[in-house]
Amino acid sequence: MHLTQEEVRHVAELAKLRLTEAEVRQYAAQLSAILDYAERIQEVDTSSVPPTPYVLGLENVMRDDEPQPGLDNEAALSNAPDSANGFFRVRAVFEE
Amino acid sequence: MLAATTKSDTRYELVVGMEVHVQLLTRSKMFCRCATDYAGAPPNTRVCPVCLGMPGTLPVINRDAVEATVKTGLALGCEIAETAVFARKNYTYPDLPKGYQISQFELPLCIHGRVDVDLPDGSTSPIRVRRVHLEEDTGRSVHEGGYSYVDLNRAGVPLMEIVTEADIHSAEQAYAFLTGLRSVLRYLGVSSGDMEKGAMRCEPNISVRTPEQKARGEYGAKVEVKNLNSFRAVRSAIEYEMRRQIDVLQSGGAVEQVNMGWDEERQRTVLQRTKESSDDYRYFPEPDLPPLALSRAWVDEIRAELPELPGAKRARYIRDWGLRPTEADALTGESLVACFFEGAVAAYGEEDGKPQRMANWITGELFRLIYADGEGQDLRQIADVRIAPAQLAALLALIDDKTINPNTGKKVLDIMYATGDDPQDIVAREGLAMVSDTSVIDEAVASILAANPAELARYRGGETKLFGFFMGQVMRATQGKADPNAARQRLQELLDEA
Amino acid sequence: MTHDKTAQDKRALHELTIHAALEGMRSGEFTSVQLTQALLDRIAAVDGNVKAYLRVTAEKALAQAEKADRRRAAGDDAPLLGAPLAIKDVLATSGVETTCGSRILQGFMPPYTATAVARLNDAGMVMLGKTNTDEFAMGSSTENSAFFTTHNPWDFDRVPGGSSGGSAAAVAADEALGALGTDTGGSVRQPAALCGVVGLKPSYGRVSRFGLIAYGSSLDQIGTLTKDVRDAALLLNVIAGSDPLDSTCLETPAPDYTAALTGDVRGLRIGLPDEYFIDGMQPEVEASVRQAVAELERLGAEVVRISLPNTDKALPVYYLAATAEASANLARYDGVRFGYSAGADSMFENIRRTRGEGFGAEVKRRIMLGTYALSAGYYDAYYLKAQQVRTLIKRDFEQAFTQVDVIAAPTSPTTAFRIGEKVDDPIQMYLTDIFTISANLAGVCAVSVPCGFDKANLPIGMQLIGPHLGEETILRAADAYERATDWQRHAPALTGRAS
Repeated sequence: MHLTQEEVRHVAELAKLRLTEAEVRQYAAQLSAILDYAERIQEVDTSSVPPTPYVLGLENVMRDDEPQPGLDNEAALSNAPDSANGFFRVRAVFEE
Repeated sequence: MLAATTKSDTRYELVVGMEVHVQLLTRSKMFCRCATDYAGAPPNTRVCPVCLGMPGTLPVINRDAVEATVKTGLALGCEIAETAVFARKNYTYPDLPKGYQISQFELPLCIHGRVDVDLPDGSTSPIRVRRVHLEEDTGRSVHEGGYSYVDLNRAGVPLMEIVTEADIHSAEQAYAFLTGLRSVLRYLGVSSGDMEKGAMRCEPNISVRTPEQKARGEYGAKVEVKNLNSFRAVRSAIEYEMRRQIDVLQSGGAVEQVNMGWDEERQRTVLQRTKESSDDYRYFPEPDLPPLALSRAWVDEIRAELPELPGAKRARYIRDWGLRPTEADALTGESLVACFFEGAVAAYGEEDGKPQRMANWITGELFRLIYADGEGQDLRQIADVRIAPAQLAALLALIDDKTINPNTGKKVLDIMYATGDDPQDIVAREGLAMVSDTSVIDEAVASILAANPAELARYRGGETKLFGFFMGQVMRATQGKADPNAARQRLQELLDEA
Repeated sequence: MTHDKTAQDKRALHELTIHAALEGMRSGEFTSVQLTQALLDRIAAVDGNVKAYLRVTAEKALAQAEKADRRRAAGDDAPLLGAPLAIKDVLATSGVETTCGSRILQGFMPPYTATAVARLNDAGMVMLGKTNTDEFAMGSSTENSAFFTTHNPWDFDRVPGGSSGGSAAAVAADEALGALGTDTGGSVRQPAALCGVVGLKPSYGRVSRFGLIAYGSSLDQIGTLTKDVRDAALLLNVIAGSDPLDSTCLETPAPDYTAALTGDVRGLRIGLPDEYFIDGMQPEVEASVRQAVAELERLGAEVVRISLPNTDKALPVYYLAATAEASANLARYDGVRFGYSAGADSMFENIRRTRGEGFGAEVKRRIMLGTYALSAGYYDAYYLKAQQVRTLIKRDFEQAFTQVDVIAAPTSPTTAFRIGEKVDDPIQMYLTDIFTISANLAGVCAVSVPCGFDKANLPIGMQLIGPHLGEETILRAADAYERATDWQRHAPALTGRAS
């Protein structure tokens, strides 16, 4: 399994990570090595094995539809890098 | 340019599939207990650490939202999944706090439904429902002056997604499907269905294909149209897109698979800038939420809560009460109207064509008053009118027993609408009771004949159509209160006395 | 140099276990304020070298201690009243900065408290501060902390293990009576082993994850780092139990775990898995663990050879499943609502740069790996396949626990390694968790107890793994072993070149 730098850039874009060229090279090598190591799971016969995304056998864990107060506006925005007029504020939406 | 191509439309088949997002009318959000009453609230005041996506917080499923979705699935003829699983749909946008939307992917709550859509021309077409699933709404951003302003009040409101198969072949069908769907949602009480308020959002996938493509089981390139704010806009957008795509094909071009927006002012679709380059959503099961197991017993419990739905009501009105399809349609579109109608019939009676007479009064006179009331053309206002169904029944009874004539009835209704008073009281107070005393009528007829000798002569000379003229004069002389049948009879007798 | 604490007539306050400290406060021997001040003094004296704490909340701690003393004076005897503890910085604490050891969360003040911490508060805890961690709990050495590396109290040149290395080092260096950590693939047990303390990872679903800043949601569990097994039971008593805010937290009521500490392991069946004694592990580790098992046998337990055949698949399964979940869990750090923002002037570029600059190398590596494992075309081969093999690993344990009550194994293949030794080789670093991750994948419970020292006088840990909700059994076995030995009475040297 060899991950190209192109693939690394694609994955970085999916993950919304700005990587330096050095990081791209490093991750291409390291992720390839990790995936090589992970190849050993491919030899396991799992044809009739269900996946285990949940280790517990829980189901139907729900709550009643009862509202309760949350945070006031000041508390909601208190950790925000930028806000204005009660809104979270971010720089212009579109690029390119 | 577009008009020129319409005559060749028959060469192409329109193929439309619909994705409809519906906000559920729960009191709290889908995965946290923030209130959903964000309409008109200041920004970021219906939020908590969970719906703000703060680190370490966890979602908890709102049972009512699950049941509302199952209820909708049942009403749309779906199979209810034995196991349903929430999944994370990964994409990036500032109004998506966690960087993923909790949705459903491989195992939605409801699948394989079918809705029969009745068209104005009397035909019916089946539209298959591929799936109904449950997810959470995103927040909203306002873009201004190089900034985006993010309000997360809406983030986490329960959102139901209904996806149809590509079974829609005309804009009319799409329109009928959507109005029918909204009607069902309102009957179920699961959503307001208000498109203008964003409680219902429709995204049609529109394509056209040639008979040859159809024969090969192929489809044309799909164009998805977003931000449609009314059913009319959906209809217009489909019509516009169909013509645009046919135009492109006929001029030798190829339709591009893109997302379009709808420009309401210019009544045309416009290419949408893509938010995000990638549509690799990397769905995987949401580890924070154990699966839902929809037992037979639970589903039956929900099924038992289903009300009579509009289609069934319409059929019953026609079958049991002899209503004409037009009025049956008009009365069943909104559950509140049907409810009013049924209350009125219960008070008025089911015999002798009474339901049809009541239907005429509601769809004619009462609708006229509601429409004129300034609040917009929304028949759900029937729930707020000051007239009780039993009062309307009493009004019709006054007409039936000839206490008042139908024209006076309309005047009384106007007063009832304004005051909420009983019709009997209004008739007594305003002195509107009909005059059937023949001596009063005779007196009126005699004075009319005496005052119009020329017309009388022409009538007696054979110009019998002047009867209407005399009748009008008599009604005017009695201020409309004369029993029209009695007046007609005496007028005839006195005119014919030579 | 090692010295035996019991040799002293009376231990210093900071050296006490939680239960001993509670006895001292109950009998009026000292107050929580005195105890807390002793711990704060100890922190002031040694943490400059150990660097266990990211922040010490001295003022709040003393205020809590005063309150605890008032409560006790009023007749209150809450289970942890006045006990000074440390909290790993991946647990949200209202009004106290919570960073996960990451630059991206620097300055973050959560308006909520993790349920486990809230329960400790209700039980009367005095919180001394927030301990260092590998960034977002991703690591085995604390070298991935964005702020600094914690030093192993037994040798400052060595790592304390991780990711709960700050909590383990704080307890080992007597800078807290006990601490909370989190364990996704061994992050409580491995540093416990490397620092010579007791590390308990409860079963998945036993302790609420609300407020635990997620790394791998289906694996994460809050655990305890303590000086002895009784303290682990005491803390678990308080933090275990259902929580309406965590849908994966079990309703099953938590028993009194201290009641399980009978000292009696007669008839207990202990499984020794072939796959946990492998080439390449440090010989002294194998020898110590085998000797510890022999000790348990001497105490009346029955030792059975077992097999967990899919053990060598656990590491790749873990690194695909955990990172896939992490890639989504860490998507929320976008510089909009909290945390670091790079301040770039277009929306998506700001998100990319915020994340590129705000996350450290290991976190980015894992986000990349997890994103790749979920991406179109690779989902079936990596994410799905991993979850299928996970099923087999879980079945291995289910099968084993039909034959035995407890599985004994080394916690870590080696004792503490040198700072910097493995930072450039992710796989070598990942391999340090090779014996701990299976328990997370299967959702079962496990505890690491000190069981000896290597030639360099570095502690060795034995891991006792129990079935799901088998905490009473593993704590009983660990406690019985601890009573029969004196490893936990050794105190670290607090020296090294770094000092």
